[in-house]
Amino acid sequence: MRIDVCYFCSSKIYPGHGIQFVRNDCKIFKFCRSKCHRAFKRKKNPRKVKWTKAYRKTVGKELAIDPAFEFERRRNIPIKYDRELWQKTLEAIKKVEGIKNKRQAAYIMQRLRKGREIETQRDIREVQRDLSLIKSPAAGLKERMAMEEAIVEEEHDSDMEEQVVEVME
Amino acid sequence: MPLYNFKKIAVVPSAKDFIDIILSKTQRKTPTVIHKHYKISRIRSFYMRKIKFTQQNFHDRLSQIIQEFPKLDNIHPFYADLMNVLYDKDHFKLGLGQLNQARHLIDNVAKDYLRLLKFGDSLYRCKQLKKAALGRMATIMKRQSPNLEYLEQVRQHLARLPSIDPYTRTIILCGFPNVGKSSFMNKITRAEVDVQPYAFTTKSLYVGHTDFKYLRWQVIDTPGILDHPLTERNVIEMQGVTALAHLRAAILYFLDPSEQCGHSIAEQIKLYNSIKPLFNKKPLLVVCNKSDVLKIDDLPEEKKRELDVFKESNIPVLSMSTLTDEGVAEVKQQACSMLLAFRVENKMQTKKLDGVLNRLHVAVPKARDEKARPAFIPAAATEEPLDEIITDPKPKLERDLELELGDDYMLDLKKNYDLPEEYKYDIIPEFWEGHNIADYIDPEIFEKLQQLEREEELREESGMYAVPKIEMDETLKEVRELAAQIREKKAIMRQEARVVKRPGRPVMPRTTTAKVRERSVSRLKSEMSKLGVELEDKPDAGYKRTRGRSRSLSKPSAKKMRVDSEGRARSMSRLPRDVSGVKDPVIRKKLKKAAHKAISRKVGKKGLKGEGDRFIGTKKPKHLFSGKRGVGKTDRR
Repeated sequence: MRIDVCYFCSSKIYPGHGIQFVRNDCKIFKFCRSKCHRAFKRKKNPRKVKWTKAYRKTVGKELAIDPAFEFERRRNIPIKYDRELWQKTLEAIKKVEGIKNKRQAAYIMQRLRKGREIETQRDIREVQRDLSLIKSPAAGLKERMAMEEAIVEEEHDSDMEEQVVEVME
Repeated sequence: MPLYNFKKIAVVPSAKDFIDIILSKTQRKTPTVIHKHYKISRIRSFYMRKIKFTQQNFHDRLSQIIQEFPKLDNIHPFYADLMNVLYDKDHFKLGLGQLNQARHLIDNVAKDYLRLLKFGDSLYRCKQLKKAALGRMATIMKRQSPNLEYLEQVRQHLARLPSIDPYTRTIILCGFPNVGKSSFMNKITRAEVDVQPYAFTTKSLYVGHTDFKYLRWQVIDTPGILDHPLTERNVIEMQGVTALAHLRAAILYFLDPSEQCGHSIAEQIKLYNSIKPLFNKKPLLVVCNKSDVLKIDDLPEEKKRELDVFKESNIPVLSMSTLTDEGVAEVKQQACSMLLAFRVENKMQTKKLDGVLNRLHVAVPKARDEKARPAFIPAAATEEPLDEIITDPKPKLERDLELELGDDYMLDLKKNYDLPEEYKYDIIPEFWEGHNIADYIDPEIFEKLQQLEREEELREESGMYAVPKIEMDETLKEVRELAAQIREKKAIMRQEARVVKRPGRPVMPRTTTAKVRERSVSRLKSEMSKLGVELEDKPDAGYKRTRGRSRSLSKPSAKKMRVDSEGRARSMSRLPRDVSGVKDPVIRKKLKKAAHKAISRKVGKKGLKGEGDRFIGTKKPKHLFSGKRGVGKTDRR
């Protein structure tokens, strides 16, 4: 017994589940559920269907190439049972999986980090363009004008005083 | 070697039929309609075609007849001679020659008339010329009537001739009439020749086939021959003679020692002597038939002596009886073997064989030395029998165990595993968290894992997994807040626009009023204050009261009217449309005139009933929408 991988969506197929199709050139296609089987019958390309693992890997949404992936694979080399080896291997599997998961998660997080920058840029653009929708450019104009006038008046007053002084002399 | 089969000659029609066939063919296969007003060249070619066609058909048919009949000079001399005997060579040749002549004449006639037709100046003349041409052709054919009849008879007879192959192994039976040739033939073949107890039962050649040494032998039965000079022989006898003369075959000369046939032995021997030249260089066998009546040994001495003639010239004499079958097989055997030997000898003498023999070589390899080289058989193979090698007692089977233990027996296949004893009964894990453990089993996995872990450490050290902290300063925070507000505002605006632009609502009704509620001073003030601008009530601000676009919906107050003498409030009807908005009656009159002019022009031009006539006759006129469309437009065709 083994846990197979769905031909279409690359999910796991546990014993007693799914369906398999044997093509007339002896290639076996295993499907986890009828959804995948139907998609295959419709000649869909798993690399072009968004919900499959194959799509996510080809378009770079998930980690696709990594040495951590090299550990789990069908080797087709018969090895005689050895308790020691099995026990050690089981330990190794746990380590490998840990590293693999870590790397995959890191990859995704790194990818998502780009979105933050884009978001900020968008915010800035929005504010630059459409600020007038919430705040009129004329807001506070009167106060400002009044302020300016006041300053000018003060200046004017001081000028006058100087003139008065001159006349007095 | 040509195979002689005269059955395939086509039927020769009589002269009358011949003419009918050809003329009707002309009628059927050439055009028939012609008128005198046609161009003269057309009329001429019409009749020329008829003449040419008729001539061609005559020519073809006659050529076919001439070609299909065998040429006496080209066929095997046996057949040539046979045909000469049966049909008279001269007559036959003459018949074919005359047909050839007729063919030639017809061609000439056609040629002449075609030349004349070139000068035919009317339909009538042309027709007469054609008629004359066909008539002359028919006359020529009519004169061939006896020839055609003769040829037809020859054809019928030829078709019924036995198909004799002059080159194959052949046995010819000959002798006086009524000596038992045909009965012998019936004995050895399946020909079923008629046998009767009178002379000349057989009147022509018969062919049968027999088997000997897995070969097919052709047996030819000839009519009886009487002893008189060649020139006096009749047709029946001559057939036999031609066969004897031209076929390279074994000949069985039949004798009747009992003289029941009506001819004495002496007479029979005399006949033999007279036709002896025909047997020259051929295997010959004398057969004394009817041994059931009289055996050769029982013959009187003087008659026996007469038979010595054959012995002198080394010709075997056999006796047999077709009635009792005695000696028939021997005769056949002897005849066949003699012929076979004769043919082989003949073949050996031909030049053809030399060519083949020169190329033949039978190789006989010479021995290299005297040493014997027998096959090698290992000593062990011969010495030890197999039983001694297998000494082991029978191994204990699972079944034996089962019988021994009875109910306690449990099938245990693991005990046979090729593993150390302590591992044998281990439960081997298959899965771990959805992974196949078997997929990871690899002696090199630990080495690889170490490498991976080292790499991982390096990564950790280089800070690949460290999450960079995104610091937000004050301005950025403000910007973000503002952006959120703007987005919200935009969403509200979008929704409002959607409400206003509800489909099916007229864009601008005639009676529309200004959006009084929406466009108010207070509203303006509140909106602007929301945007941060304070509007103050200044006299020079220039705010106005909004009014409806057409008439006001507010009615004049009733109270005011009551003051009037009427004493009762009167409703004010709407102004008629032609009055509303017009300055004074003069202008109004002018306008009316102009409108009338414009309307009447339009009505007159388009043939309408009036101003309000919007009648459209046919929405889709058929002639514009049906049928195949060419290059033209859809609305103008």
